Order: sequence, then C-alpha cells, then structure tokens
Amino acid sequence: MELNYFLILSAFLFCVGVYGVLARKNGVLVLMSVELMLNAVSINLIAFSALNHSVSGQIFALFVITIAAAEVGVGLAIVLLIYRNLKSPDLDKIDELKG
Amino acid sequence: MWEQDVAFWIIALAMAAASIGVVRSRNIVHAALFLVVVLAGAAALYILLVAEFVAWVQVLIYIGAVVILFLFGIMLTRAPMGGEPGQLDNDQRWGAAVVALFVLGVLVALLVDAFGGKNIHFTDALVEQGKTGTVGDTLFRQYLVPFEVVSMLLLGALVGAVVLARRD
Repeated sequence: MELNYFLILSAFLFCVGVYGVLARKNGVLVLMSVELMLNAVSINLIAFSALNHSVSGQIFALFVITIAAAEVGVGLAIVLLIYRNLKSPDLDKIDELKG
Repeated sequence: MWEQDVAFWIIALAMAAASIGVVRSRNIVHAALFLVVVLAGAAALYILLVAEFVAWVQVLIYIGAVVILFLFGIMLTRAPMGGEPGQLDNDQRWGAAVVALFVLGVLVALLVDAFGGKNIHFTDALVEQGKTGTVGDTLFRQYLVPFEVVSMLLLGALVGAVVLARRD
C-alpha cells in the first residue's frame, strides 16, 4: 500500500485542525481542533512504523496519546477557569492586555 | 491488496468529512460527536496498519476518556446550543482558511516529493511487531525511562487540573 495515502490524509487532518484553532471562538472547540492535529501526528507515526518495520513509531504514538490526555485535562480546567471569571468560554473575551 | 485500498478510502473519506464537521458544525455537541468519528477512523487505520495495541489504546483513551471530558467541558461551560451562525466562530474565518490551505499545499507538495512511490509491505514480521507482547517488551525495556517520565507528567497534569478547577 502506498505510504503517501496515509501521509496526505494526515496532512489534511492537520490542516483542518489548524483552521479550527484559528477560526473557532469557543475554548472547548479549540481544544478539539488541537486533538485533530495530534491525531494526524499519530497516524503519521504509525504509518512510518509500518514502513520501517520498527516498533518505535507505535511507542511514540502511545506517548502522544498519553500527552494528549494530560493536555485535555489541564486545557479544560483552564477553559473552566476562564468561564468562571468571564462568564463566557469565548477566547476572544480575554483581552485585558489590550492597550 | 485491493481490499485494503477500498477499506482505506472508505475510512479516509469518513474521517475527512467528519473532521470538516468538527470545525464547521454550529452545534458544539455535534462537533464532539464528529470528533468521535474521526478518532474511531484513526483507530481503524491503525488496525489497517496492523498496530492493534495502539488501536485499542486509541479507542479506550480517546473515545472512552477524552471525548467524555469534552462533553463535561461543554456541559460545565454552558456552551450555546442555539445554532446561530457565528456563535462559535470568530471573524477571521477566511484568513484561517487561507492559512490552512497554504499549509496543506506545502505539506502535500513536500510529501509527494519526499515519499512518492514508497510502499508499505505487509509481512508476517509486521504482524508480529504490532502485537501487544512486542509493544510491551519494547516499552518496558528500551523506553522505560520515558515511560516513567510520562507517568510523572500525568501526575503533574492531574494535580494541576485539580488546583486550577478548585472553587476557592
């Protein structure tokens, strides 16, 4: 099977994630887009693991999944804090540093 | 080999459509459910690439835990469900689309140039390598120190999340 099938699909998912991070206003949705990008990376790692017949890519994908879980936990706690302080989960309301 | 190609294209089209749904849906709960489709598609791709242990970890951690966390987050922040346009998006949608398309173009050109014509060969050795025993052996021999470090990171994230979300 051609390797580039997997790589181009994951590039597409990554770019959809980039669009989501830039265009979404709600903090939870921004975190979901970050998950899309991390998943694209994992697909790449598994595809290269199959190409090179090396198990290291799968181990790296496991680490990416673990770190994504930690990132979501802390990220949602931060979004919750923003909601509690500003009464809204929208990230463009955080403009206290604006001159 | 054509069965694998057919399976890949079905999964890939479903994932692409659902990922667009994640970033374009006007209902935030629908976005979370589209995310489930993308994550399940990724698990199916791992099975297609004979990485069965990672596939099941993906199902357990992502679909089982992370999506539930997202749904909790949606609930606790009382996210709007009305579905009016522009409620969840900011006003830089077109700029974001231009940036994403540019990144996609550059990435695809680079990938075709660098990896065009390379093929994944499905052999018995590859099947052996995806088994839970092999992955566990490698994880607890070669990658033992990173494993312990990542467990400390999880502990730190846990404590950090509790500290941040406490109400006093």
